[in-house]
Amino acid sequence: MDALGEFVRVYQTTIGVIGINALLALSVWITLYAGQLTLGNAAFMAIGAYGAALLGMRLGVPFPLGLVLGAGLSATLALPLGLAVFRLRGVYLAIATIGFGEVVRVLLLTLPFTGKALGLNGIPPLTELWHIYLSLVVVAYVLWRVQGSTVGRAWAAIREDEIAAASQGIAIRRYKLAAFVAGAALAAWAGGLSAHLNFSIEPGDFGFTRAVQILVYAVVGGTPSVAGPILGATLLTALPEILRPLREYRDIFAGLILMGVIIYLPRGLVTLAELRKTRRLQEIGAADVA
Amino acid sequence: MLLECDGISKRFGGVHAVAEVDLAVAPGQVFGLIGPNGAGKTTLVNLISGHLRIDAGAIRFAGADVTRLAPHALTARGIARTFQGVRLFKGLTVLENVLVGRHARMRSDVLRRLWPRGAPDRRDRESAGLLLERLGLKRPQALAGELAYGDQRRLEIARALASEPRLLILDEPAAGMNPAESARLRELMRALVAEGLTIVLIEHDVRLVMGTCERVAVLNFGRKIAEGTPVEIQASPIVREAYLGSEDAA
Amino acid sequence: MAEQLYNAIFVGSIYALFAVGFALVFSVLDILNLAHPVVFMLGAFVALFCMSTFGLPAALAAVAAFLVTGLFGIFLDRLAFAPLRRRGAPPLSAMISSLGFAIVVIRLMELRYGPDLTSYPAGSLPQTVVQIGDARVDGLRLLIIGLAILLMAALTYVVRATQLGRDIRALAENPRAARLLGVDVDRAIAATFFISSGLGGVAGALLGFAYNAIYPQMGTPYELKAFTVMVVGGMGSLPGAVLGAYILGIGEIAALVFLPAELAELRDAFAFGLLFLVLVIRPRGLLGHRAVERA
Repeated sequence: MDALGEFVRVYQTTIGVIGINALLALSVWITLYAGQLTLGNAAFMAIGAYGAALLGMRLGVPFPLGLVLGAGLSATLALPLGLAVFRLRGVYLAIATIGFGEVVRVLLLTLPFTGKALGLNGIPPLTELWHIYLSLVVVAYVLWRVQGSTVGRAWAAIREDEIAAASQGIAIRRYKLAAFVAGAALAAWAGGLSAHLNFSIEPGDFGFTRAVQILVYAVVGGTPSVAGPILGATLLTALPEILRPLREYRDIFAGLILMGVIIYLPRGLVTLAELRKTRRLQEIGAADVA
Repeated sequence: MLLECDGISKRFGGVHAVAEVDLAVAPGQVFGLIGPNGAGKTTLVNLISGHLRIDAGAIRFAGADVTRLAPHALTARGIARTFQGVRLFKGLTVLENVLVGRHARMRSDVLRRLWPRGAPDRRDRESAGLLLERLGLKRPQALAGELAYGDQRRLEIARALASEPRLLILDEPAAGMNPAESARLRELMRALVAEGLTIVLIEHDVRLVMGTCERVAVLNFGRKIAEGTPVEIQASPIVREAYLGSEDAA
Repeated sequence: MAEQLYNAIFVGSIYALFAVGFALVFSVLDILNLAHPVVFMLGAFVALFCMSTFGLPAALAAVAAFLVTGLFGIFLDRLAFAPLRRRGAPPLSAMISSLGFAIVVIRLMELRYGPDLTSYPAGSLPQTVVQIGDARVDGLRLLIIGLAILLMAALTYVVRATQLGRDIRALAENPRAARLLGVDVDRAIAATFFISSGLGGVAGALLGFAYNAIYPQMGTPYELKAFTVMVVGGMGSLPGAVLGAYILGIGEIAALVFLPAELAELRDAFAFGLLFLVLVIRPRGLLGHRAVERA
């Protein structure tokens, strides 16, 4: 027991980061599950991070409320954005969300109260590991249950064939928007937690690279279940620690894993647990990520 | 009249895919829609089912104007359809496909499911199961994409029926079916009509159309060129020319 | 003022050379090749290698950049895209695969050359200044603009007037029909990647010459701008990409000129704001003709 306590203490930050990355990966997973590929969640994460940090530091808002408000702000922005882009599909949606991400990043560099390029420093380290993991457990549970509900089935139908789904009585816009906004809110929540774990944040933390990284966690881990993004985030975040002597090369491994997965195991590493079903899906051409 | 189309038109660029089409389908009827390839039949169906926006004209369903409604709203009102060439949710199971079809009639169970033992609504699964049986689909857990073509077509019909529609639009349901399967389809349609369903059938299979439809409309180049009973249509020189004329050109 | 305009045309030219390759692959294969910035960067480094190791003059180094990156593009396709094509995977998978590829190659270059700026060997680049009317402009940039226009003209010729170009266009229109009509699809795809990557590589080399500062991540900002260029000009349209590139170049320089210094960063936001606006209001872009995937 003592050894475990020691382990946790030494690797505290990493364990925290794994949890946050898992939450972020789940935020992208929600939208992927509904057939949308978004690269804007790093921007929503930034809104949550800056929102919670600024509210806390400048206005004395208590930490939990700051997190909620950050998520709320993010959801509020995601709504018009989602409405504007819900008709876009595939690469066009990806590009639009990338554009949104860049606009947010540039605004963070320009607006006076964000600390601009230097970002925010001295954020009080209020995040405990149990905050992160409680959030993760709750979110994972809710998403797992939603997956098997009418909503989850509607999302799956939209992902499979949007035109047919519309004729089954599914209000496409409403459901896509719900996934999009939920993802944004979750990313913001993770952002708020992250800001208070790391003491400081700057715009560069939330750019295109970060958005891609989050997507990679979800894609590598796998899309058929909530376990996928959690696995992907854990594996890819822990990888540099495990491969400490090889840390120079960890990006190379990550890139190779990404290519390997998308080419050979397109629904992600979790599908290793159900290879037979994956093969069946591959045979009928329904095995790809989006 | 259950379904009324007044002067429906749709343009793509400079081309009129559908031009000033009038249709009236009475409740309990089997209404056939035929025409050479490219005549605009599927475009017309897409207009009726809400997938395409109408440029001019109006559509009324059960007396209410539904011209601008989105597909899901039309399904909620009782219009269901199948697609030319089958659009199933291939990666979902047979049962899941039908459950999705039932979406418009199901209550959202999200909140109920948040409780660990939140009981799924047995009624929905039971009625889905009944539909599968009726359509002769034996393996509910098979992936829709794995089914043989004939089974896929029947699954699509089961999915459409799951929403308990008043009007069912079938877009070339018999394509690729052998005579035995077509016969079974004919039987099914008769049984459904006997239960109160109205059907609009788009088909190339002449025997199926003549054998099941009470009224038939013929489209060519986006316009309705003839309408009447199957016998009248078969005898019409205009119709013959439309089909033979296009064969000549081909 | 004239100098700024000239600068805008220079920036637009580089964007155009970069974007046109990007658009070519998209128009033929419907995929967003996120490894394109890699060939851009590789072109610059290949030129560096040729100049510092073999002492080649800049002009020859640029040619080498074109050839090497062109071949590299074919390699990229074989490794990252061909397996997905074989099983009919959707374009998004290809995008992600190219992403993985890019991550690997960029990291390898960082390990070899370091992440910071590297310069070309001293004295290897022309340093002339040319007088045009009122403005004194950098001769090298003028040359680059000329080269860019020449290359785009060459591309137009290939696409419109050669058998290869016809094959590529057929493939872009309808792959299945193209195959049935006897087009050698594999050859056409290889040629597409050769041309696309070669142009990207040359663009990188020329940009490297102009700024005399190259680094492994240099392609990423251009990639992001290229999205705007393609969307504004019309996804999959080559002339649209060129048009969009110059519009963006002029727009950015204008933003730089008219914005106060503290808001200079907003210049980047201009590109994305524009992207956004176009996607929402007119997804087809200025010259795009293919229907955008809309619900």
